[in-house]
Amino acid sequence: MHLALFCIFGALCVAGALNLLLQRHPINSALSLIVVMSSLAVLYLLLGAEFLAAAQVIVYSGAIMVLFTFVIMLLNAGREQRTHGSKMAWVLGFPGAAVLLALLADIFITHSGDFHRVQAGEYVVNTAMLSGVLFRDLLLPFEVTSILILIAILGAVALARKEH
Amino acid sequence: MVPISWYLILSAILFSIGVAAFLIKRNIITVFMSIELMLNAVNLTFVAFAQQWHMVRGQIFVFFVMVVAAAEAAVGLAIIIAVFRARSTLNVDQIDLMKL
Repeated sequence: MHLALFCIFGALCVAGALNLLLQRHPINSALSLIVVMSSLAVLYLLLGAEFLAAAQVIVYSGAIMVLFTFVIMLLNAGREQRTHGSKMAWVLGFPGAAVLLALLADIFITHSGDFHRVQAGEYVVNTAMLSGVLFRDLLLPFEVTSILILIAILGAVALARKEH
Repeated sequence: MVPISWYLILSAILFSIGVAAFLIKRNIITVFMSIELMLNAVNLTFVAFAQQWHMVRGQIFVFFVMVVAAAEAAVGLAIIIAVFRARSTLNVDQIDLMKL
């Protein structure tokens, strides 16, 4: 069951990411990124992260991607055109990413004996455990993030406002 | 039963696709979206390692990454709107000078 869910949603993740790479219109890329983020929420649930799965759906595929699609529609972004720079990027970008993938995969495969196997429901971090650490041991960083968000809101409003 | 290393390899695949999209895409909004894809791939690694060592702290770190990503998305998209107002283009090849 765990293996089947991992295969289905892992394949959805990779397919969505490849679709983001290959689509020419930004709105198609944004919609495939929503697929990637929602499937990642299921993978978090398989890894026993209940709160993060909910936060992933609400924050990432909800708030952030709505912001992206809103900006794409606001700026009326069309299909991207091919330029000289994009041909260079195709020549250099794909081998670079492939080398990075080969390196990371090699490291993970050679050390795969050190990792154990996950069984669904074996170790689940519920919201009570998470908030125990977050609000007791890490209270100051948590409060600092609220100031960060406030400054980000003010900065976004100041930047996006029309100048008179 | 799924080995943790499979999750790590999946996140490596997602991160590499994010790097390739960052280098190849010419639209500034799509470049920004590929940064979000890379952040998500790293978050998957954090959750996988939190499961490996049965530690809650790894998941707390993902929470903070999400908060920073939300702030970054808000400010970044505001900058994109400001750049579009000044240049009326979204192509990164034509936005290569800091000066107006």
